Amino acid sequence: MIWEAAYRLIGWESWKFPSLFQTVESFYTGFAHGQLLDAIYNSLRRLFIAFAISLSIGMVLGLMFAKFKAIDDTIGFMVIALQTVPSIAWLPFAIIWFGFNDVSVIFITALGATWTMSIATRTGIKNIPPIYLRAAQTLGTGNGWRMFTQILVPGAFPHLMTGVRVSWAFAWRALVAGELIANGAGLGQLLQDGRGLGDTALMLNVVIIIAVLGTLSDHFCFKKLEDRLLVRYGLESNSKS
Amino acid sequence: MGFNTMIVIDHVSKQFQQRDGNRFKAIDDVSITIKEGEFVSLLGPSGCGKSTILNLIAGFDRQFDGTIKVSGESVKAPGPDRVVVFQEHGLFPWMTVLENVAFGLKQQGVGKKERLERAREQIRYVHLGKFADRYPHELSGGMKQRAAIARALIMNPKILLMDEPFAALDEQTRLVLHKELEDIWMKTGKTILFITHNIREAVMLSDRVLVMSTRPGTIKKEFVVQAARPRDSADPLIHHVERSVMDCLADEMEKVIKEEMDDDNYSFKKNDFHNRDISDMGGGI
Repeated sequence: MIWEAAYRLIGWESWKFPSLFQTVESFYTGFAHGQLLDAIYNSLRRLFIAFAISLSIGMVLGLMFAKFKAIDDTIGFMVIALQTVPSIAWLPFAIIWFGFNDVSVIFITALGATWTMSIATRTGIKNIPPIYLRAAQTLGTGNGWRMFTQILVPGAFPHLMTGVRVSWAFAWRALVAGELIANGAGLGQLLQDGRGLGDTALMLNVVIIIAVLGTLSDHFCFKKLEDRLLVRYGLESNSKS
Repeated sequence: MGFNTMIVIDHVSKQFQQRDGNRFKAIDDVSITIKEGEFVSLLGPSGCGKSTILNLIAGFDRQFDGTIKVSGESVKAPGPDRVVVFQEHGLFPWMTVLENVAFGLKQQGVGKKERLERAREQIRYVHLGKFADRYPHELSGGMKQRAAIARALIMNPKILLMDEPFAALDEQTRLVLHKELEDIWMKTGKTILFITHNIREAVMLSDRVLVMSTRPGTIKKEFVVQAARPRDSADPLIHHVERSVMDCLADEMEKVIKEEMDDDNYSFKKNDFHNRDISDMGGGI
C-alpha cells in the first residue's frame, strides 16, 4: 500500500522503479507466458549441476587437507587465498576458456562454492574427537574408505551442513552474476533483458524470485535438516519440538 | 581358563617428543606377560604411563622400543581381536545404541538383519534392552559405558582392553558395573587388561594387580589376588591386599608430590595414611 501510494504521490517514473500494480501484473504475465518458469528452471538446473560438482570436489579437497599436512600447507593455503576472490572475477577467464555459454556460468558457480566447501570439510574432519577414530579402528574399520564414509563424513556432518548452506548462498550469487554477463536463458539473463527493454517490473520480479527461492531452499531444506541433525547429535536439546 | 600366554610385552620403552624439543620418557623397560583368561589391572597415579601401555597394545601407537606380541604375533594395527573400552565411552553420537553395537559386525560384512538381531541380544545382555533405539546423549553415564561394553563384546574379542572405563562414573554405578563386569568375565573367560587409578577397583576385580611407578613409568610391584570369585568386598583377603598395594603406592605418591611441590621435606607417610578413605587414592594426585 505504502509502495503504491508513494509511487503515485511522488510520481517517479516507471523506468526507474515499477509500481506495485505493474509488478504484480508483470509477475502474472511472466508466469502465464512461461517466461519466468523457464528462467527459473534453467537457473536451477545450472545451480544444481554446479552445486553437485562443487560439493564433491570440495569434500575431496577438504579430506586431503585434513589428512595430509603437506597438501594442507601448500594447496590448502592457496585455497584460503582463492576463497577471498569473488568467483565472478574468474568469469572473463571462463569466457575465454569456454565461451559465452552454460559451461562458463556453471564453472564460476561451482568455483564460488568449492573453496568454501573444502574449508568446511577440512574443519569438520579436523574437529572429530580422536576417540571416535580410535573406537572405529578398534572395531575393525581400518583407515580407508570405510573410515571415510562411516566415521569421517558423519562425524564432520555438523560442519559439513554449515558448509553446504554457505556454499549454496555463494553459488546463488555467482550464478546470477554469471548469467547477467554470459549467455543462456536464466534469471540473470532475464534481468539483463529487463534492463534492455526498460521493463523495471520484470527486473524487480526476478529479484524477488531470487530472494524467495534462496530463502525457501535455505529454510526448508538446509535449516530443517541441520536442526534435526543437531538434535540427533545431541548438540542442541530437542525440548522445543 | 587356559594357560597359553595371550599378551607379551617385552622390554618396552616409549618416548614422547615434547614441545620444547626435549624427549620425555613415558614408560621405561616394561615387561608384562598376561595369560589367556586372566584379569590383570595396571594401577598407578595419573601420568604414570598406564594408558600409554594400553595404546601400544591396542595398536594406536606403533613408535616404541621393544616388542609387543598378542597371541604370538606382533601388533601392527588396531583390530577387533583386542577391542578397547574407553573412559569416555566413544559411542558414535550419530548412531543409536543399536547401530553403535552393530557397528563392528557391519565392518565384518555381517548382513543387516543378522547384525541387528545379534546387537539387540547383546544389548539385552548388558541390561539396556529398553534403550536400544536411543541416541548416546540420551543415556546416563553408566548406560553409555554399558553400551560401550556391549559394542566391544559383540566382536567376541579374545582380549578386552579397558582404559579407566568406570573412572567418570559415580560410586554407586561403578559398584554395579564392577559386579556386571566380573560376571561377564566369569561367563566369557576373556582376557582383560584393566587400567585404573582406583585401588579398590583394581583389587576387587583382578587376578593380578601391577602397580606402576611414575616418571618414567615402570612396573614397580605385582600383587596376586587369590580371593574367591565372585569377589566379596568384605573378604579380609581383599582388605589385606588393598593395604599392601596402598603401602606400595604411598612411596610413589610421596615422590610425585615432592617433585610437584619442589619440597624435599614433604612427608606423606607420616600422616596417618591408613585411616583415610582408601577407596580412591591416587586419583587426586
